Amino acid sequence: MTDVFLDEKYLGKIEDKKEFIERLKKERREKLFLSTLNFYYNAEFDELYLNVCDGRARRPLIVVENGKSRLTAEHINRLLNDEIAWGDLIKEGSIEYLDAGEEENSLTALTESDLTSEHTHLELGAITILGLTTSLVPYANYDAAARLNGGSKNQKHALGLYLANYLLRMDTDVSMLHYPQMPMVKSFMADVSKYSKHPSGFNVVIAEMCYEGYNMEDAIVFNKSSVERGLARSTYFRPYTIEELRYSGGLMDEIGIPNKEVKGYRTEKDYRYLENDGIVYTGQKLKAEDVIIGKTSPPRFLGEMEEFSFSVSIRRESSAVVKHGEAGTVDMVVLTENEEGNKLVQARLRDQRIPEVGDKFTSRHGQKGVIGLAAPSVDLPFSGSGISPDIIHSPHSIPNRMTVSHLIEILAGKVGGLSGRFVDGTTFDAEPEKNLRQELLDLGFRDDGTEIMYNGVTGERYKVRIYIGNMYYLKLKHMVANKLHARASGRIQLLTRQPIEGRSKGGGLRLGEMEKDCLVAHGASLLLKERFDSDKTVIHVCENCGLLAVNDSFRSRQYCTRCGDNVEINAVELSYAFKLLLDELKSMCINPKLMLGDKY
Amino acid sequence: MDEIYKEYNGSIPEKLIGDVKKEVSKVKVTKVQLKEILDRVKKEYEAALISPGEAIGIITAESFGEPATQMTLNVKHFAGVAEMQVTSGLPRLIEIFDASKSIKTPSMEVYLKPEYNKDPAKVRKIASQIKESTLGDISTEFTIDITTMNVKVVIDKTKLKDLGITEDTLVKILKESIKGGVQVRLNKNEIVLKGKESDLHELYVLKEKAKAAFIKGVKEISYVLPVKRDNEFIILTSGSNLKEVMAVKEVDTRRTVTNDIHEIYSVFGVEAARQSIIDESTKVIQNQGLDINIRHIMFIADVMTSNGVIMGITRSGITGGKESVLARASFETPIKHIIGAALRGEEDYLNSVVENVILNQPVPLGTGLPKLIINSMNKKEKEKEK
Repeated sequence: MTDVFLDEKYLGKIEDKKEFIERLKKERREKLFLSTLNFYYNAEFDELYLNVCDGRARRPLIVVENGKSRLTAEHINRLLNDEIAWGDLIKEGSIEYLDAGEEENSLTALTESDLTSEHTHLELGAITILGLTTSLVPYANYDAAARLNGGSKNQKHALGLYLANYLLRMDTDVSMLHYPQMPMVKSFMADVSKYSKHPSGFNVVIAEMCYEGYNMEDAIVFNKSSVERGLARSTYFRPYTIEELRYSGGLMDEIGIPNKEVKGYRTEKDYRYLENDGIVYTGQKLKAEDVIIGKTSPPRFLGEMEEFSFSVSIRRESSAVVKHGEAGTVDMVVLTENEEGNKLVQARLRDQRIPEVGDKFTSRHGQKGVIGLAAPSVDLPFSGSGISPDIIHSPHSIPNRMTVSHLIEILAGKVGGLSGRFVDGTTFDAEPEKNLRQELLDLGFRDDGTEIMYNGVTGERYKVRIYIGNMYYLKLKHMVANKLHARASGRIQLLTRQPIEGRSKGGGLRLGEMEKDCLVAHGASLLLKERFDSDKTVIHVCENCGLLAVNDSFRSRQYCTRCGDNVEINAVELSYAFKLLLDELKSMCINPKLMLGDKY
Repeated sequence: MDEIYKEYNGSIPEKLIGDVKKEVSKVKVTKVQLKEILDRVKKEYEAALISPGEAIGIITAESFGEPATQMTLNVKHFAGVAEMQVTSGLPRLIEIFDASKSIKTPSMEVYLKPEYNKDPAKVRKIASQIKESTLGDISTEFTIDITTMNVKVVIDKTKLKDLGITEDTLVKILKESIKGGVQVRLNKNEIVLKGKESDLHELYVLKEKAKAAFIKGVKEISYVLPVKRDNEFIILTSGSNLKEVMAVKEVDTRRTVTNDIHEIYSVFGVEAARQSIIDESTKVIQNQGLDINIRHIMFIADVMTSNGVIMGITRSGITGGKESVLARASFETPIKHIIGAALRGEEDYLNSVVENVILNQPVPLGTGLPKLIINSMNKKEKEKEK
């Protein structure tokens, strides 16, 4: 007797489970209303689970009976002639959807030639073992798995047309590629997912060669002239938001150009782009630290004393300011209300991003790299027909990574570009390399994709032929403009007097423990001291008690609060962090004394 | 000639002079030439010396640290070959430098005297003698007989024969090694054990006791593996007992080693322990296909053994023995050290690196080492002083 459960609820017992399951299968394949039913027989507990609930991930498979696929060539023909559709196949029972449970009870063949009488199902195609982004990689079956992982991950970082209504949206940190193109070497998935409607890359001419060391260690050389013609340009959007908040006591924020009396008033110059309502106008170009939306807030803490003092009426400056290191044009301004009914002002900044040294690019095969040099096309190598590449990719990136698909795509892209057609690079099902080579030969090129090329600087012919072709490239969202950071002096932390952390606040770059060790190992003792000087202070020490003394610089007098002014008091220079440590020790009832000695 | 050598005594180490002597004795050299040779040796020697203020500690630490980052992954295993399972890689390196008392896989390399190390059969016999055999190892069956309240042990006779013991002597040995008034007697193929008490739990305890009863061999040596190395057979063991293995007459005591540094220290003393630290860490590093200069390893070994005892690089060892409060506090358990320092009223003279980094003072290394000495008295005062 087998227990039967429907959606995890006990239903009853059956006697002949085999017959029951066979009947279920048959009924499901014949009647559409049962097609969402899946069942899973657990032999260990002799229990049968029927599932019709929501939230089960299911996938379509071709039904196999007696080792023969129920989807025949005739079906395919009729599908191609639009006589039947996908739904008819399900209705007819030649395709069914399985969930994770039922997959346990089935045996699925990857290809039709693998079929035996044991098999219950057949994959729709070999490519279904791959996910969405991975199946977008052309010729992926020629690739190492690790690169494929990386390659499909990179595609998610690629810029393109991420949404069609981007102009109406206030997304943070997004970019749009200016002229996204359909890949010339595409995969089956590109058609299925309508990739042509939202592509995220562009086709380039790529040469596999070294260029004066500017493309070593995964760097790539860009053709500056291509960049000037608009290659890989994108626009970066950044919205700035301000809310008019209400506080207790009837106080509230005020959007508008702040008064000069306001606490924290910037300079008049900073507010110059604001209109009378305190908001910038669209089309204005802004630089870092310019005010986008002016706002003042009521004072933060109302102490008892301050209620009567004059300073109470002084409001605080709390405008939205263009972030440190950013710039752009005001693209759109939105005035609206938020859920609580507060006035909400949003302004979107737009910034054109032209590829520059340090921007990240990748092919679809995990061959990512940053621009190492943008060389003018006159200096770039050119082929006999005058073609110079858009990108020079280093051949040293290939052997140990074994990204053969990268190389095949170049060849396939070359064929596609020259014959003016798309090349099908679907994994496991692609146009064979042999055919591509033949076609290239017929087009009047060498079949291995190499060409004789000339040094753009000297005009000399290279001793070796260069592998050159077309390829689909992606611009990744990591752009130097968002990452570049340097600082000489700037804001410091209140407690430790050391520089604050983080690029957005103009913080310092930490010289860490191990970096310190390097300086010590070199014996660069004084350099090390200088590097850690960011929080140096001069403190006065009472030589009598070893505690900090008071330095009254007004009267140029030093005295110790314990021992008076009749003791020797000397100044020492040390890190403020150590002074803080001494103070903290004192707060724990430990009395650290400083005993001064001669410096030399 | 000897006079010339004497001249260089002190400026070149004795060992180098000895080496030169050895080499020079092979060829004819005039006095002038010898001097030239020694001068050049001296020059090379001085060039190889480390200059004062060089941060050798940190350079050593970095020389270990950098390759150690690569170590975790690429572990080599020899599939199919009979091998001893020995801790290797980073865990072993940590074990050595922490000078941990109980290592994970103690093992020995037992070399045999030349007359015994050629014949594999003989070597195997010696190996089985060294191996610690318990009653459990040489028996096929343990049964508890509730009716008579005793434990019956069926002995594997071939194994017994391998050990070279008769059944009678086995009984004798068992009488000695199983304590607590247990009766041992031989009954056909069985050995019957009868305890004093006759409750079931006691009987069970007796059975477990009997299984672990020591019969023959060297204690702690739980497994032996004769292996051919170069032209001889040696015995690898798991488990280590240097003292007793060396007492076995076939063992070559000059070459036999264990990987337990503390054991070497207790048997041979601190100098041998130092060499053992060097050998063991070199083994790990070479196993991993890394290359760390021997001087770094020697330096660590020197530091660990310089007190006459083995001190690990831990907060209870070398690092914990540091003079400076701040240096100790910045390593591990700062609160403990600071409170301890406050209770004892410790002073910190800021003599080493970490303290000076904390205070942002030049560290006493490299360019920060030289100090200026000024005679503050002028000439007249000097004369007065005289």
